[in-house]
Amino acid sequence: MSAVREDFREILSLVRPGARVLDVGCEDGALLELLTRDKGVDGQGLEISPEGVAACLARGLAVVQGDGDRDLDHFPTRAFDYAILSKTLQQMREPRHVLSELLRIADQAVVSVPNFGHWRVRWALLSRGRMPETGALPEPWWSTPNIHLCTLRDFTTLCDDLGLRIDACMSLADGKPARSIDPRQPIENWRAETALFLLSRKIDAGVVAAAKSDLFG
Amino acid sequence: MTAQAPISGEIERSGGTWRFAANQPLRLDSGATLAPLEVAYETYGALNAQKTNAVLVCHALTGDQHLASNHPITGKPGWWDLYVGPGRPLDPARHFIICTNVVGGCMGTTGPASTDPRSGAAYGLTFPVITIADMVRAQAMLIEAMGIETLFAAVGGSMGGMQVLQWAADYPEKLFSAVCIAAAARHSAQNIAFHEVGRQAIMADPNWCGGAYLAAGLRPDKGLAVARMAAHITYLSESALQRKFGRELQRDGLSWGFDADFQVESYLRHQGASFVDRFDANSYLYITRALDYFDLAGQHGGVLANAFQRARHVKFCVLSFSSDWLYPTSESRDVVRALNGAGCRASFAEIETDKGHDAFFLDDPQLHQTLHGFLAAQAQARGLA
Repeated sequence: MSAVREDFREILSLVRPGARVLDVGCEDGALLELLTRDKGVDGQGLEISPEGVAACLARGLAVVQGDGDRDLDHFPTRAFDYAILSKTLQQMREPRHVLSELLRIADQAVVSVPNFGHWRVRWALLSRGRMPETGALPEPWWSTPNIHLCTLRDFTTLCDDLGLRIDACMSLADGKPARSIDPRQPIENWRAETALFLLSRKIDAGVVAAAKSDLFG
Repeated sequence: MTAQAPISGEIERSGGTWRFAANQPLRLDSGATLAPLEVAYETYGALNAQKTNAVLVCHALTGDQHLASNHPITGKPGWWDLYVGPGRPLDPARHFIICTNVVGGCMGTTGPASTDPRSGAAYGLTFPVITIADMVRAQAMLIEAMGIETLFAAVGGSMGGMQVLQWAADYPEKLFSAVCIAAAARHSAQNIAFHEVGRQAIMADPNWCGGAYLAAGLRPDKGLAVARMAAHITYLSESALQRKFGRELQRDGLSWGFDADFQVESYLRHQGASFVDRFDANSYLYITRALDYFDLAGQHGGVLANAFQRARHVKFCVLSFSSDWLYPTSESRDVVRALNGAGCRASFAEIETDKGHDAFFLDDPQLHQTLHGFLAAQAQARGLA
């Protein structure tokens, strides 16, 4: 059996056994199958490609052919313990909306994003003056599905804007062991090639906002 | 009941007509009751000792209980023969497969051509109007009479898929999994409109005799054939029709008259003419009415998700075909959203095909693979070998 993907291994370690999990963009269901087998989760996948859906069904997984941009709205609030969005947030038409939807549907979100602030990316842009093609971002600009790239700092700022709490963050790089990092450290915005976040709603954020609107209309 | 012995061969098959006693009437949505009720059915395979491997397959508008056995009138293979058999998604070696003729049908289950015990003549239009829920209630009576508490799966396409959804709404405690293919949670205006054309064609046939044609010794074959022709167009996609027939002619040159010049005309006429041999015109009226009345959300306060509130333990698989314009993918998506909204675990796939609504009868590799994958996984979850 092939080695478990680094990001999968990290996600596996973050998810509580027996949890209800929604995997958005679950592809062929490899992660959901691992989670089901090793963690006994109650899983549901969302996948746009017919090949991916067929592969998930063949594995016996519950999968809906659909699109993270359009089909999250129909899931009820807090229907899941975790919503996973692995490496596809930057491919969404509305990442901000998707992120807040993930944390409406689930209590926690596991989201991984390639870091456009990584030194290789900065160097490629600075030295060659062309759109970077790196291990985490391999496609040329004209065919890349990554339409909403961000840096680590951009992402933590968005989390702040949405009132999300970062419960954990891991730096992932091909072939190297994952490293727990503080994503707000400027150095990590240079060093982390891909970052994996465990996010939750700030429990009091909603309450505070509600109280404020009560006071000031 | 009368039952034939299992027919020897590769599939263990049995069937017959289950006669419920007069004091076991079918209570209908309309408020009327139907007694005595007879349900014609076929089974394939054997019920296991734990009674956990029963699969109910629900048929479409003009289908019947002859799921995988030759039709007694046409002699053709069963309507879902391709999906039932050794190594197929529904395997009599593993499943106890039940298929019943719906209430209102004309292949042995009580319907408008059955004899009304009060008059001693065929019901005709005195037969009560029935609904999809009534069909399901009759199936549930049969399942209970067979001593089966829970179905491993309810499976159906088109009207059969609607019955599956109704099962999930009315008898979720009796369901382990559900497969709904090329169906919808309600009949659209367009669906109703096409059915109305069919009904009007039947009723415009002078041989229909206000529904009392059996007593008159007549058959409204012309009207029923036109109804079938109109409906048949809705079962095919525009591109499939074009690919199959184009503007090809039956003979060299035009007739300069109203013979079937075009192959597509001849094909439709054949569809109509062969249909009347095996179907009762009043059954067609009643079953199309049941479909038109179908509105699962309407039965649940206008919110479809409410229909599935008690079905959270049921595993659903919803499938649509990309070129189906009778019950298009958007209708299946609405079902899936309602299932998700109710907190049910659901799988959904749109199968890419240009063959239209009828694709679910045809040999489609993706349909095979999907059904097989879903049912195998559910079998594992259910502890079936």
